[in-house]
Amino acid sequence: MSILINKDTKVITQGMTGKVGQFHTFHCKQYANGANCFVAGVNPKKAGETFDGIPVYASVRDAKAATGATVSVIYVPPSGAAAAIDEAVEADLDLVICITEGIPVHDMIRTRYKMAGKKTLLIGPNCPGLITPDEIKIGIMPGHIHKKGRIGVVSRSGTLTYEAVGQLSALGYGQSSCVGIGGDPINGMKHIDVMRLFNDDPDTDAVVMVGEIGGSDEEECARWIRDNMQKPVVGFIAGVTAPEGKRMGHAGAIISGGQGGADEKLAVMESCGIHITRNPAEMGRVMQKVLIG
Amino acid sequence: MKIHEYQGKEILRQFGVPTPRGMACFTADEAVAAARELGGTVWVVKAQIHAGGRGKGGGVKVAKSLDEVRQHAQAILGMQLVTHQTGPDGQRVRRLLIEEGAQIAREFYIGMVVDRAAQRVALLASSEGGMEIEEVAKHSPEKIHTLRIHPVDGLADAEAAQAARQIGLPEAAIAGAVTVLQGLYRAFVEKEAMLAEINPLVLTADNRVLALDAKFNFDSNALFRHPEIVAYRDLDEEDAAEIEASKFDLSYISLDGDIGCLVNGAGLAMATMDIIKLYGGSPANFLDVGGGATTEKVTEAFKLMLKNPNLKAILVNIFGGIMKCDVIAEGVVAAAREVQLTVPLVVRLEGTNVDLGKKILAESGLPIISGNDMADAAEKVVAAARGQ
Repeated sequence: MSILINKDTKVITQGMTGKVGQFHTFHCKQYANGANCFVAGVNPKKAGETFDGIPVYASVRDAKAATGATVSVIYVPPSGAAAAIDEAVEADLDLVICITEGIPVHDMIRTRYKMAGKKTLLIGPNCPGLITPDEIKIGIMPGHIHKKGRIGVVSRSGTLTYEAVGQLSALGYGQSSCVGIGGDPINGMKHIDVMRLFNDDPDTDAVVMVGEIGGSDEEECARWIRDNMQKPVVGFIAGVTAPEGKRMGHAGAIISGGQGGADEKLAVMESCGIHITRNPAEMGRVMQKVLIG
Repeated sequence: MKIHEYQGKEILRQFGVPTPRGMACFTADEAVAAARELGGTVWVVKAQIHAGGRGKGGGVKVAKSLDEVRQHAQAILGMQLVTHQTGPDGQRVRRLLIEEGAQIAREFYIGMVVDRAAQRVALLASSEGGMEIEEVAKHSPEKIHTLRIHPVDGLADAEAAQAARQIGLPEAAIAGAVTVLQGLYRAFVEKEAMLAEINPLVLTADNRVLALDAKFNFDSNALFRHPEIVAYRDLDEEDAAEIEASKFDLSYISLDGDIGCLVNGAGLAMATMDIIKLYGGSPANFLDVGGGATTEKVTEAFKLMLKNPNLKAILVNIFGGIMKCDVIAEGVVAAAREVQLTVPLVVRLEGTNVDLGKKILAESGLPIISGNDMADAAEKVVAAARGQ
């Protein structure tokens, strides 16, 4: 089992014919059951063509009708990425994963507003995507560092997620699913939304939660964990050393007005029963300690 | 991207928000000529730097004669203005705003931010004008009124009027305040700001509402469709190393420590800074080379770090995904040769093609210290920076 996606998921790739889309679609197809999962691409100018054996359709709606796909992944450049999300939402897909980095914030405000009341879930933007090891990989993460297992991973960062996964795999702990929710201030699923799914997933035993400075999503998730979570959670927050007012790479990673600092987040998480570590090299070992007892 | 007060006021006026009349100046002569052209008997000489708290730092002076305008302009131009936002070295003043004096009856605060939790633009309004909103939030949060603005309907007349009444503006000034609030909102959305503040917003003796200050921070991801905002960029206000980095698409931020960091990914880059600190060291910079680093990018990153006179050691921490470790290793070797490395270099590689990457480093003949994992690498770089 897993959350959100599995080996039977059918995926549409928006922006598949661009350089980035082609590269990652190739690697996703190579991973586990990918050849059966990636069934369609979308490009209105190239409808009817095929790329690497995958048929291209004029719209998400057409692609869904022809293939029965329920999920899309977006590599469209920033200026058109919010419109690509809108299109997937209007086609009533179950899940949209937006990899694109650098989407204007005001575009995302309008897109999130249009999503209200719709069934489509959004992961990202500006995220590595998600993976259910040995079944399906949707996104840009290196598949080979993952290992099938029972630990869930949710993170706002890309390579720091790989770091957490690498540590778990090295200690022999495989993952049920790993979700990168992205580093933008206006995004889709938050830590709390993914945590709920892991809590309900019978094949997830524990969760590693990786956050960073900015906003208060981690605090909100921590309070939910305190009141509801049945499984142990290990947590790390990046940016203890980040100065106030400076944007640390991710548009969402900024401490402003004393809000969103790493120390405050860690304190709230600890008080809510999360097994925190201040050492990013210790995420795996802390999980090991929690599981062995 | 930040802009100057006088530029922010230009934008506000385009959206119908009244401001005092004023002119930007670069010399004391220009300042006197501007005051003469503005007319009147009272002027305000305001330092233009991208930081708040200018008044407290001595960067804002009232002049009651043209001679005083000249004196203040001469004193302020060229000064290192230190405020709570500039750091201890301050920021050199190169531009002034000369403005007509305003008859102030009361001061208020209005601001707009992107509210992450509500996923909307939020209006913040307070009766406590002229103070830092963070201070008001700390000591009297009940004095801040927040309104989340509907992304399609915008700020309705009734909502704007209610916000104006909540902060205590008199009935006679409500219509003017509605114009200001709606103008600020339209400017915020159309120009794609992340933050906008009018602090203070002033009420004059004759019940007019004026923006006495203007602060904007724009979404750098939206600048591609706002050349008019890009034209406001003032490179003198930005860190030289950060400007250089942006030319090579490197995300770089100068810090005050002595261990340079070169990392792929923003989260891992922050975590690398954190672990250096955890092992007793201090990071000299944040540097994210991104997902597609080339040998050229890595070389430029090394050059940037080595320009820092405080630098005592460098830590390269790469978790190769799309980016292959052998490519990074070749880049590091080429860069280390080209820039003639003068400080110890610790490299930690993990992920795709890691063995090949380590082999390239080992066979390079360069004195590169290999870190087995993040903790080992951090320990080694901290020791190296101490000369151990």
